Amino acid sequence: MQTMPDTVFKSLADPTRRAIFECLVSDGEQTVRALTDRTHVSQPMVSKHLGVLKHAGLVNDRPEGRSVFYRADAQGLAPLVDWMKFYRAFWAGKFDQLEDLLNRMDQ
Amino acid sequence: MTTDTDARTVVMEREMSHPPEKVWRALTQSALMQEWLMTNDFQPVVGHRFNLRAQPMPQWDGIIDCEVLTIEPCAALSYTWNTASSGMKTVVSWTLTSTAKGTLVRMEQSGFRPEEENNYQGAKYGWPRFITALEQVVSLLD
Repeated sequence: MQTMPDTVFKSLADPTRRAIFECLVSDGEQTVRALTDRTHVSQPMVSKHLGVLKHAGLVNDRPEGRSVFYRADAQGLAPLVDWMKFYRAFWAGKFDQLEDLLNRMDQ
Repeated sequence: MTTDTDARTVVMEREMSHPPEKVWRALTQSALMQEWLMTNDFQPVVGHRFNLRAQPMPQWDGIIDCEVLTIEPCAALSYTWNTASSGMKTVVSWTLTSTAKGTLVRMEQSGFRPEEENNYQGAKYGWPRFITALEQVVSLLD
């Protein structure tokens, strides 16, 4: 799924979601229950946050028996990396245009 | 030349054969900014809020919300660079250094502002700490 950088930024703008995502990044796959214990946030809230992260392509889920395991998806951060690439190219172009303008200006 | 101080900052430096005073005009006069950057209502006044308008793209209206943060004539200029309706906030900082040839122009766009720091359950879960974790993940990407 191709996600826009804005979706990734928005989903990570919330500190609780960031904490949940960070938890999955550092400690690997976990259930909602484990995340609830770790973050001290209610289970419905954790589920809601996971839904947003999943929509942004930042987490994947995997049902196993009666539990669902969630894990961070590094590929979900690709739009963020693309954003950096975009701005590098953007500023290189703008520097060229700035220099062109300076060459055309008097004195 | 492009260098990265870290994974959340875009830095660009170029020596230009023009004096700092002239580069400063290009960076801070609205009509000149429009020629190389974007349509704008910039004013060289700290606290002034302005918009930069780019060509709209799918899923983006092309509007950048800015506020002047620092003005040091012929030396330093910075403004916020936020895209509306998104949690994405950056700061663009320009530094001009006089050289024998002309001016070393340096632009730094930092991805996340310190103000994004939030208290969460008594522990800091702000961007800087998060980014440290993020960099580890990004380094796993090709």
